[in-house]
Amino acid sequence: MEGILTVSGAVTTITILLIVVFLFREGFGLFKSPAVERGYLLCVNGDNPVRHLGPKDIKEVFDWEITDWSELGGPNEEIVPYRFEQIFDVYSDEELGEDYELLPEKLGEVIASTPGIIAFIPEQYVPEGMDGVKILRSDKITPADFFGGREWLPTATPAPQFGVLPLIMGTLWVSLFAILIALPLGLGVAIYLSELAGERMRKILKPTIELLAGIPSVVYGFFGLVVLVPLIQKTFSLPVGETAFAGSVILAIMALPTIITVAEDAMRNTPRAMREASLALGATHWQTIYRVVIPYAGSGISAAVVLGIGRAIGETMAVLMVTGNAAVMPHSLFEPVRTIPATIAAELGEAPVGGAHYQALFMLGCILFVITMIISVTAEAISKRQSNKGL
Amino acid sequence: MMSKKTSQNIAFWVFRILGLVVVAILFWILGFIIYHGAGVINWKFLTTAPTDGMTGGGIFPAIVGTFCLIVGSMVVAFPLGVMSAIYTTEYAGNGKLVRFIRIMTNNLGSIPSIIFGLFGMALFVNALGFGDSIIAGSFTLGLLVLPLVIRTTEEALKAIPDSFRTGSLALGATKLQTIRRVILPMAFPNITTGLILSIGRVSGETAPILFTVAAYFLPKLPTSIYDQVMALPYHLYVIATSGTDLEATRPIAYGTALVLIIIVLLMNLLASFLRRHFGKKVKTN
Repeated sequence: MEGILTVSGAVTTITILLIVVFLFREGFGLFKSPAVERGYLLCVNGDNPVRHLGPKDIKEVFDWEITDWSELGGPNEEIVPYRFEQIFDVYSDEELGEDYELLPEKLGEVIASTPGIIAFIPEQYVPEGMDGVKILRSDKITPADFFGGREWLPTATPAPQFGVLPLIMGTLWVSLFAILIALPLGLGVAIYLSELAGERMRKILKPTIELLAGIPSVVYGFFGLVVLVPLIQKTFSLPVGETAFAGSVILAIMALPTIITVAEDAMRNTPRAMREASLALGATHWQTIYRVVIPYAGSGISAAVVLGIGRAIGETMAVLMVTGNAAVMPHSLFEPVRTIPATIAAELGEAPVGGAHYQALFMLGCILFVITMIISVTAEAISKRQSNKGL
Repeated sequence: MMSKKTSQNIAFWVFRILGLVVVAILFWILGFIIYHGAGVINWKFLTTAPTDGMTGGGIFPAIVGTFCLIVGSMVVAFPLGVMSAIYTTEYAGNGKLVRFIRIMTNNLGSIPSIIFGLFGMALFVNALGFGDSIIAGSFTLGLLVLPLVIRTTEEALKAIPDSFRTGSLALGATKLQTIRRVILPMAFPNITTGLILSIGRVSGETAPILFTVAAYFLPKLPTSIYDQVMALPYHLYVIATSGTDLEATRPIAYGTALVLIIIVLLMNLLASFLRRHFGKKVKTN
């Protein structure tokens, strides 16, 4: 029996370890995935010296943004992007054979006769071993593509783009602005609760804060969607109300309970002697609060801020419902954005298990995990400083 | 230059107003949902399945699903959490190990719920092959509330004065007997508080069940733990965002939100009632 107790004592540690293992195992699989969509290969003319391309290059080639091989270290030759479906414009079904068994050969002829071609072909139709055809070795998706990429287009063909920057920026914008709103409000309420409120007001406020913390995030999201979003759209006369700003406001409300509770605790811990000394020197109550209590509770207040940010960064449903979910680099608070957790929630259901998209979403989970671990360790360290001060 | 007194007055009035703002926000949210949802909830709404592409009917399968997930996740979290808390408070002493365990518990508590969803999908749904099922969702939600169960149980155990432990030991009881016969019965009401808070938490969580159990539309009730179910929070998300006819589904969304809020608030109220009621009792003993 006591053995079982000991083991169960370690259960949270084991859970965290399991989370780390599963998150990172799936996540790092991304960097073993080819840059080209799974099941497809890229072929070029046999005389083309270019040997491999990264995901961004491939995308820009097929978007007609890179138009000459010299930009990719090849000859001065115009690039001819070619999707294998184009073969059907030239040959009829009969000419390609009943089961398209002649398709590879015809594709090979096209490739061999077009010096600047880059063809995007399903693996089973690749004209392997034909003269004048070279299969392009596709690069693996690199951490640089992932962390430095500015485009998140997980279902783009031929090369899906997993650039995480717009999502990170979206997350930061939404949560930092949420804290900017929540901090003054939360601090004010914390001061009020710890210094000014009478017994009756505390009896109203404390349960209020608990209830605010208890409301499920999907209900906040719903409230945001039907009340805040139209309100914001009308007030600022925007084309859409689903914006980073709407997310920030909802997150601010959701982070309030954390900020208020932690900050109030810190202020209440200010020793009586310090307050009395300040009052005895002729300071008013207000002067005592902002010259003695707040500085004393400084690290507790910073812990409140850090924990509030942590709450905001990880929040999923409410943000998913009100921010409009456009995975683009944010330029203003009044545009739709998409955060990391919202991306996972919105896309994991459609990503085939084990594919690059699936793995990329787990990689997002890893980023989120690391951020929240840093935040909780920081908060721990800060509040330790606070409790040491009390001695 | 403002006098000291005036600036104090201004500052204090600002704080009072901020306090009122927070109360107002709560009442705004609750009031809004109660106002729109109260007319929707009736016996039929609570006991029938959605009809007409979810623009009509009730939310019965979602209520049943959420109930299944509550029971399932508590079966996972409650024994594990209570045992873990018994170990840290009664056995492990005050050394480095306990501090480490406590930090880990705190860390687990701060992990965002969407990560539990990812983890649950990777481990329970795919690696262990449970598929989208009640059992996968229950494990995921159970691990999510584990820190909450552990923390409240620890507090309940710590609230028992040491004299009870030494008294029982002095009468010749073993440590295990002391825990089973003296400590746990005394701490039980407060441990229940943790259970109730966890139920409130579990019934409102959406992100962890998105990919582990929740079904978009499934009027059939579950027959085994390997079945998918609908759940209230996910149902609210679905009908609020992706219905074919948002205008027609709005009333149902309000009703669902209200049911969800009622469950969560009831659990919170019950927990704080228990805490106040039994918190006193332990002290007077």
